[in-house]
Amino acid sequence: MGLLDRHAGLVSLYSEVRATGADPFQIRMERVLSPTEAIINGKKTLLVGTNNYFGLTFDPSCMEAAIEAIRAEGTGTTGSRIANGSYSEHVALEEEIAAFYGKKHCMVFTTGYQANLGIISNLVGAEDFLLIDADSHASIYDACKQTQAEVVRFKHNDPASLEARLRRLGDKPGNRLVVLEGIYSMLGDSAPLKEFVAVCKKYKAYVLIDEAHSLGALGDNGLGLCEKEGVLDDCHFIVGTFSKTLGAIGGYCVSNDPDFDVLRVTTRSYMFTASLPPSIVASVRQALKVVKAHPELRTHLWDNVATLYEGLKAKGFTLGPEHGPVVGVHLPDKMLAIGFWRAMLDAGVYVNVAIPPATPNGVSLLRCSVSAAHTKQQLDLMVEVMTGIGRQMGVIPAGPEQRAAGGTR
Amino acid sequence: MLREATNLIVENDDMPETFATVGAITRAEVMGEICHHLAPFQIGEKPITGATVITKDLAIDSLAVMDMVMEIEDRFDVSIPMNVVAEIYTVDELADTVLKLRARR
Repeated sequence: MGLLDRHAGLVSLYSEVRATGADPFQIRMERVLSPTEAIINGKKTLLVGTNNYFGLTFDPSCMEAAIEAIRAEGTGTTGSRIANGSYSEHVALEEEIAAFYGKKHCMVFTTGYQANLGIISNLVGAEDFLLIDADSHASIYDACKQTQAEVVRFKHNDPASLEARLRRLGDKPGNRLVVLEGIYSMLGDSAPLKEFVAVCKKYKAYVLIDEAHSLGALGDNGLGLCEKEGVLDDCHFIVGTFSKTLGAIGGYCVSNDPDFDVLRVTTRSYMFTASLPPSIVASVRQALKVVKAHPELRTHLWDNVATLYEGLKAKGFTLGPEHGPVVGVHLPDKMLAIGFWRAMLDAGVYVNVAIPPATPNGVSLLRCSVSAAHTKQQLDLMVEVMTGIGRQMGVIPAGPEQRAAGGTR
Repeated sequence: MLREATNLIVENDDMPETFATVGAITRAEVMGEICHHLAPFQIGEKPITGATVITKDLAIDSLAVMDMVMEIEDRFDVSIPMNVVAEIYTVDELADTVLKLRARR
């Protein structure tokens, strides 16, 4: 038996996907032109699936900061944060993120994945309880495998389901940590955070929220769902990433816990990997300044979300439950989703395709992500392309606008 | 479908403790509920029994197993930790786990 035979199930699923003549998991960006355009298969393609919510990957001030940092400090740190990899700039970045949230402490990680993996698995241990939303990101699930705590899943975005599980724990000793996400990455829906926080308070559970997709997008200052819902003080740990709105890579966790810094010497995903290179630290620090100085980027983003969401909805597509920087378009099955995705690419529009087992409830999705950098024309084009293919493939009825016009008022 | 699934178990399960009452619920009740939730994943005519290996004998992926477990948890008001779910292979083992957790409440 070969070492990789254990993956036979996934291999057969993957070859089924590849049999369509397209491999969505090996797309090559031949040349990225801007936050919204790239050359793919030799052709200029509109990007509507890159998590680049503010379009800051090509922000001139961020790019200049990165270039300057390389000239000043080199291309990499070649070491961990607990050895030779903590530069003044890493520490400054941590202070700036902590100040952004009004929290006392911040730890910066090399990726967002490592932030969740390390923080969650180190906050709870044997005799403790970790309660996670069923639709949690892979990094949260992987953290569950690295802790001795008992892990219990509750139904997605369902505070009553969480409450039932906290209640069942009764008076068992041990800490309770509840893990939530500001905006969920597949359908773009956000957590009913106030209700969740109320349940957590009632059962004396700690709250960790991952604002990966909501940083910049939600709240008056862009702190995320915790700010929008006015529960910043009740979120004991806030995790986020630099790889979406801030246009680079890396992760962080902020907290007011007085002993927070002990995590720097217990968290293996922080200790046993090289720290972020100077260029990334510099561009992220600048991107954070841009986010603070330009709240209109948030307005642009939500205007664009409305254009795409309402545009697709009016044509009869089934979408995620609410407006969000991620717009998930439901398709009836996996093969159709792949075919649809391929047709979109051939028509010059790139989106993500998401199929089971990577999706909740076995749904197949075209996952679109909106950027403040998109123009209205680009998004109108996207709706037009998608509508044409949707009608051709029988996903949406032909001419639904006419029917809507004839409906009751 | 529930009724069918329950009958299926009664016919195929020869364990004498099937009807033993634990904390006001019977093993048959638990088996019936599990089979009800697993019925959509049945392969062909092969009946679901206590010996059915959930991820092997049924067309169900690990995520759907965890979702099914949440339904069972709420029906019987118990929580089955994820690491415990990972060690459950058969329908019988799942039923036993539910009954054991019920008894401990």
